[in-house]
Amino acid sequence: MILKFLLTIILLSPLFGAVAAGLFGRQIGRKGAHTITIFGVAVSTVLSAYVFWMFVVNGHSEFNTSLYTWLVSDGMKFEIGYMIDNLSATMMLVVTFVSLMVHVYTIGYMDHDEDYDHHNPYYQRFFSYISLFTFAMLSLVMANNFLQLFFGWEAVGLVSYLLIGFYMKRESAIQANLKAFLVNRVGDFGFLIGIAIVVMYFNTLDYREFFAGLEAHTETTISFFPGVEWSVITAMCLFLFVGAMGKSAQMPLHVWLPESMEGPTPISALIHAATMVTAGIFMVARLSPAFELSEVALSAVMIIGATTAFMMGALGIVQNDIKRVVAYSTLSQLGYMVAALGASAYAAGMFHVLTHAFFKALLFLAAGSVIIAMHHIQDIRQMGGMKKHMPITYWTMLIGSLSLIGFPGFAGFFSKDSILMALEASNAYGADYAYILLVLGVFITAFYSFRMFFLVFHGEESEYVKSHTISESPKVVTIPLILLAIPAVIMGAPMIASVWSGDYFGTAIQVLPEHDVLGALYHHHYHGIVDMVIHSLTTLPVMLATAGVVLAWFFYLKRPDIPARIKSSCPRGFAMLNNAYGFDRFNEVVFQNGARKLGGYFWRSIDVKIIDKGIVTNSFESVMNMASALRLSQTGLLYHYAFVMIFGLLAMLIWVLW
Amino acid sequence: MVFGFPILSTLVWLPIVGGALILFLGRDRDSFAKWTALGVSILTFLASLTLWTAFDSNTSAMQFVEKTEWISQFNIYYYLGVDGLSMPLILLTTFTQILVIASAWEVIKERVEQYMGAFMIMQGLMIGVFAALDSILFYVFWEALLIPMFIVIGKWGGQDRVYATLKFFLYTFFGSVFMLVAFIYMYFQSGSFSILDFHAMPIAMTAQIFIFLAFLIAFAVKVPMFPVHTWLPDAHVQAPTAGSVVLAAIMLKMGGYGFVRFSLPITPDASMTLDWLVIALSLIAIFYIGLVAMVQSDMKKLVAYSSISHMGFVTIGMFLVYDIIQTTGSSQGAMIGMEGAMIQMISHGFISGAMFLMIGVLYDRMHTREISAYGGVVNVMPWFGFFAVLFSMSNSGLPGTSGFVGEFMVILAAFKANVWYGLVAATTLIIGAAYTLWMVKRVYFGPVANEQVGKLKDLSKREFAIMATLAFAVVLLGVYPAPLIEVMHSSVANLLVQATTSKL
Repeated sequence: MILKFLLTIILLSPLFGAVAAGLFGRQIGRKGAHTITIFGVAVSTVLSAYVFWMFVVNGHSEFNTSLYTWLVSDGMKFEIGYMIDNLSATMMLVVTFVSLMVHVYTIGYMDHDEDYDHHNPYYQRFFSYISLFTFAMLSLVMANNFLQLFFGWEAVGLVSYLLIGFYMKRESAIQANLKAFLVNRVGDFGFLIGIAIVVMYFNTLDYREFFAGLEAHTETTISFFPGVEWSVITAMCLFLFVGAMGKSAQMPLHVWLPESMEGPTPISALIHAATMVTAGIFMVARLSPAFELSEVALSAVMIIGATTAFMMGALGIVQNDIKRVVAYSTLSQLGYMVAALGASAYAAGMFHVLTHAFFKALLFLAAGSVIIAMHHIQDIRQMGGMKKHMPITYWTMLIGSLSLIGFPGFAGFFSKDSILMALEASNAYGADYAYILLVLGVFITAFYSFRMFFLVFHGEESEYVKSHTISESPKVVTIPLILLAIPAVIMGAPMIASVWSGDYFGTAIQVLPEHDVLGALYHHHYHGIVDMVIHSLTTLPVMLATAGVVLAWFFYLKRPDIPARIKSSCPRGFAMLNNAYGFDRFNEVVFQNGARKLGGYFWRSIDVKIIDKGIVTNSFESVMNMASALRLSQTGLLYHYAFVMIFGLLAMLIWVLW
Repeated sequence: MVFGFPILSTLVWLPIVGGALILFLGRDRDSFAKWTALGVSILTFLASLTLWTAFDSNTSAMQFVEKTEWISQFNIYYYLGVDGLSMPLILLTTFTQILVIASAWEVIKERVEQYMGAFMIMQGLMIGVFAALDSILFYVFWEALLIPMFIVIGKWGGQDRVYATLKFFLYTFFGSVFMLVAFIYMYFQSGSFSILDFHAMPIAMTAQIFIFLAFLIAFAVKVPMFPVHTWLPDAHVQAPTAGSVVLAAIMLKMGGYGFVRFSLPITPDASMTLDWLVIALSLIAIFYIGLVAMVQSDMKKLVAYSSISHMGFVTIGMFLVYDIIQTTGSSQGAMIGMEGAMIQMISHGFISGAMFLMIGVLYDRMHTREISAYGGVVNVMPWFGFFAVLFSMSNSGLPGTSGFVGEFMVILAAFKANVWYGLVAATTLIIGAAYTLWMVKRVYFGPVANEQVGKLKDLSKREFAIMATLAFAVVLLGVYPAPLIEVMHSSVANLLVQATTSKL
């Protein structure tokens, strides 16, 4: 009972802050808005930490309860409730903690944001949105059923839409947010169909009841085309995964994420790197009992993830906007996580979600700090030599980058190595393909990360840096950076053993014994953290990462003429990368213009031409002519006549009644 | 009756008498006309709440029944009563009416008493449609409604109002004539005009098919369904704001109500044979009309097409039961579709009403409905922008708002009936969001498009109160739909039994 109450406070206190800052922003002012929202999220964070301690540290058993019944129809309950176990407790802490950091950081970021006129309470609005996001994300991870999961899923999409379009006077921003929402809706279409399959065969929306029913349906088939029977569980998992592809930006539904960088940097960190985009990975991990039963679905997940990881990483190399570099790195890292899920290494995927949440939020916020210092210039070619001007940003960004490339001992090293080792050990269809792409991806990651790092902080000072005062950001910005840098370094080591052994997530993630690659690794290859770090120095991934850093140094600091020459010697390859493989162009031509053309065709040739002109007007014109004649003779009196008609009718009715 | 008090008659006649009073006494006394209209509307709404509180949701039988002989030589009764299907629609009517009256407050300046009078009379007639249990009484209310609506569009409408009113009138009149013929046929067979007697009477298959088609024409025009929908965009574009609100929020529901009150229980066998027709037309509405909505350049037309598309969920939800039985062997899930359809009607009442009221707010200031004339409205009207985004999101079916509930339930049930129904219906997630949010982008977001937009004033207190009330309703129904569904359970269950029991 007390736990349920606590959870409700965790869930609702960010909502309270969001409503207060959003609806009463003018009354409470800037200070009131950030105080009240930060307080709300801080309450959530502290209580989430307590819940985390209860479950993950003290091993509280799964807590599953219903808050209220949304509706009941045909005997099926649609409920709102909580399922708290090690998976959701961990996510809750990550979400609230990163959100709190971003809230604090925003005070500094938005204060410097001179893109806006100060008559509009945009500052309060921003705080309202990020608190609302925290509420939505919490309701997603705390859900014990598909309905609430879908609610949270769409609600985070809404806030993402509002925040990408936050600078709503910019055409590019409102184009990007529409695109983000619609692409996500394509994913949600699949998700909803997946839920419809769940309801059709399991007759429930509740996770536990759903898991309990899985056994009975391993042989059941569903038919989409006459004569073609598919396994229900495979079809369901694939449709649900389409939802995950939308939210977690897997190819080909990744197109919205780079453009989401139109939003202010704090939300790029919170929503489009640390939390919301990992919702798809969370969902698959949450539904692991179902995905385990379909090797087809798992292989599809793995192949899509690995392809995304490699291809999107490659795009990071050609980006010149500091936020876009980090955005493509996010896409690529999401691919790693998804690939891990496909290898049944759910725990490794989730592990990478957690470490990534910290180091990627850190990278984004550090990039934001650079952007503040550069007076909102985001082009890395205009930067250079900024190390001495902003030491805290420099060092925290270095830590984030090292964690990202998997520098031995850092948090990102443990999670990424877990994924790579799991894929190496996996026997699933496509695992070899995925492993090769992911290992190559390590080199690419190191290369583009340090390309950016060197171009921004090292080398000669650019004209802009020379001619402007560049200074370190204020404390509200740097303190969150430091606080995020700590877990980005240390959180991997304490977790690795329990992640591999399967103890960390306990019953929340279920893996069939024959798929349990992490368990096998734990039993055969785990000899302690120190051993893992030392051993890794002789392995391919670490060597490739080192090679990537060295090559970036050589290309961008030592011999900057070489990349320029490569660029001019193969313009085609470069153009392909620059156009992001042409996905945007394809979508624009086929879907966007296609839908409009089809709609226009339907309207003009069927509605207007056939129905209205063809059928209606012919029989109608004669009436119209008659009406015009009538109108001439009775101008202004028509409605009087009509009223008389009604009252005649009514009078008759009354008269007869009496 | 509540404690012997004829509550339904009160709800029907109070607005009509009030309307008559306004008409006769309100000439050149605008303030009297407005306040009387508002007062009577609020009184009617409060009175209608007793329907909710005194309603017994454990029975599917008609409640608050009043029955008096009317035309005895034809066995026609003044016969009123409600069940879980009609009661929520009456509440929707009385609720919407207050907003409708308030929306016209400062906007209508000429012939205020006739305007208010027309809307008051319309309200009484609409309640009559939902409460009537005698088919002739139903028909009288149904047809009488055309007249005040005809006048409202014809008198206070836009440029091409004559074309629109005639189209509206002829379409609906054309439809309902067939319905009247069906009533008379059944009267000759059963000797009664009572709708409940129609429910009970056995009808041969051929006759059922004809009756079903007659009803289908009448109700399909009203809903409206493809391909008899083209009157609606024209009527909306020409109608004054309040006319559009009543049209979209309530009059369209009469078509949906007709299917559950007449088609399904009276002609179950024909419904089973011809359900594919309704389902196909509904899916066309969802997909095809959605695409048509996308290319509209007039905001009202866009919302009108969006209405047709959303009403597709109502009609498909109602006719899923037969396919569900055929596919899965039991009717498990059919109730979800039917209740989803009913919820969708209520929700669409709120949302379409809100969408038209918002367009009205803009039109009152700018005198144009062209999307291209706007841009960046939210910069100068932040509160308005807030409501606009909220209602637009609800129109795109965002969970947590009312627009999600019905669509979600209907999609779940449709998928159960046939996977392809579900797949096509679920495209609304993409198409609905595309046409709604594309409009939001062009009208509300972006830089201030021109000087006129720059001079726009944010919502007045009156407008704010209207929007806030609707926003409250939309969110409440989205967050907690259970109470509304509960009052429907017994009646929907009974309806499904009727619809699946052969009458041959």
